[in-house]
Amino acid sequence: MRAQFVFGEVWVGLRRNLTMTVALIVVVAISLSLLGTGLLFVKQVDHTRSLWQSRLDLSVYLCSAVNPDQNCAKNGPVTQAEKAQIHHTLVSLPQVDHVWFQSQQQAYAQAKQLFANEPVMLSFVEPGDLPASFEVKMKNAQADAGPVTAAVLGQPGVDSVGDDGVILTKFYQLLDGARNAVIVVAIILIIAAILLVANTIRLSAFNRRRETAIMRLVGASNFYVQLPFLVEGMIAGLIGWLIATGLLAAAQAGLDGLQQYFPFPVALSTADLIEVVLVTMLIGLVLCGSTSFLTLRRYLRV
Amino acid sequence: MIHFESVTKTYPNQSRPALETVNLDVEKGEFVFLVGPSGSGKSTFLRLILREERPSDGRIYVAGRDLARLTNWKVPQLRRRIGCVFQDFRLLPTKNVYQNVAFALEVIGKPRRFIRKVVPEVIDLVGLEGKGDRMPDELSGGEQQRVAMARAFVNRPMILLADEPTGNIDPATSIGIMKVLDRINRTGTTVVMATHDAAIVDSMRKRVIELEYGKVVRDQSRGVYGQAY
Repeated sequence: MRAQFVFGEVWVGLRRNLTMTVALIVVVAISLSLLGTGLLFVKQVDHTRSLWQSRLDLSVYLCSAVNPDQNCAKNGPVTQAEKAQIHHTLVSLPQVDHVWFQSQQQAYAQAKQLFANEPVMLSFVEPGDLPASFEVKMKNAQADAGPVTAAVLGQPGVDSVGDDGVILTKFYQLLDGARNAVIVVAIILIIAAILLVANTIRLSAFNRRRETAIMRLVGASNFYVQLPFLVEGMIAGLIGWLIATGLLAAAQAGLDGLQQYFPFPVALSTADLIEVVLVTMLIGLVLCGSTSFLTLRRYLRV
Repeated sequence: MIHFESVTKTYPNQSRPALETVNLDVEKGEFVFLVGPSGSGKSTFLRLILREERPSDGRIYVAGRDLARLTNWKVPQLRRRIGCVFQDFRLLPTKNVYQNVAFALEVIGKPRRFIRKVVPEVIDLVGLEGKGDRMPDELSGGEQQRVAMARAFVNRPMILLADEPTGNIDPATSIGIMKVLDRINRTGTTVVMATHDAAIVDSMRKRVIELEYGKVVRDQSRGVYGQAY
């Protein structure tokens, strides 16, 4: 095995094919960094989801004197006995971690705080308007919201059940949609990259057809004939991957910079980045290597 | 060295076979001319020996190997024992004489020390002393063919196949080419040369095999190009 000879041939091949090689590197870099971005996105969403999941509550709103809704119109405002019954139902559910009571005054105080910047809004609200509620903390917010809601909804004195998760679900759908879009674009680009690898190798095989013909004639092994092409494809893929790694590191740094505006600990760790970078390298190598190999089988039959 | 046993080769989409039930033997160290009009099957014969083609029927043995049993990945081993020269030289235009010859050894993984030793020897053998750093386009046709012969011979093959090696060369220069082939033959290498050149065949007085429409119509030791006397 003459490494110097093989790399000499590879260098000549890359140089003769310069425009094609550059195009290949750029496409590999962009497709891998988009794919990596998609993967980072997935991780970010996972982090965020698990953070919020632990903070999700159910609010079981109770009927008040001014509530015109159907449930309450029949029974009137909630009575002490009904309140005790609802509380009992909630705490006896196995999915419920703990329950606390928020009175109408507390609800009003919270609203005043939430809408401090919107006095017009506040001017329409009076202390008795907002319903009292039981705030329920569940063991697993995502799975338990359904059964807990079902258990209390319809009980006398219960107006409605608010699930924080519903709001977040919409938010997650948005994030998931963005992530899917990134991944779809990445996959399209990866297909383009595969075609470019195949074309580059084909062009390279055509450029070197004289050499290849002579190599076959004097009895060079298939390995020797094909190696320069394989290495060529791999090197282009590798350079593309290095660029993608740089872009991904920059993207992560950018995301980190954004974190300071949020008081939540959802930053991606360096370990996450390394994992994503390694996955993209693996995909890049497999992609370039196998495409080169298949193309060579087609165009360099011995 | 080369043994054909009722070999027939029919190319796809062709009704007439390129070679038809050919039986012949070429012994080690022989010099054989392969003559016949274009399309008589000379090139097919050479391609079958190199296992660039497989016969439709019959058996071929080259250097003691049954080509039908040779697996694909062992074909390179076979080709290392066969040198090839063509009418159109097939040199690499971007490499000089020395590099062209050395290329044949580099691609089969020979160590550099060995290459440095044998390449100049072979360049001398074909009569190109001191021209190792010339590029192919600086050489005459005869000189280019000598480079091709050096490349074919540098790995000391058991068989040298030459497909019209003098086809692009004037008669005076051809004599020099034939001298080199003769010199290579004298080292014990079996030489099979397909040619149209009657003058050369007549002057060498070697074995002549004549093909016509894919059949051997004449096999004569110390023969001439035209019909037998």
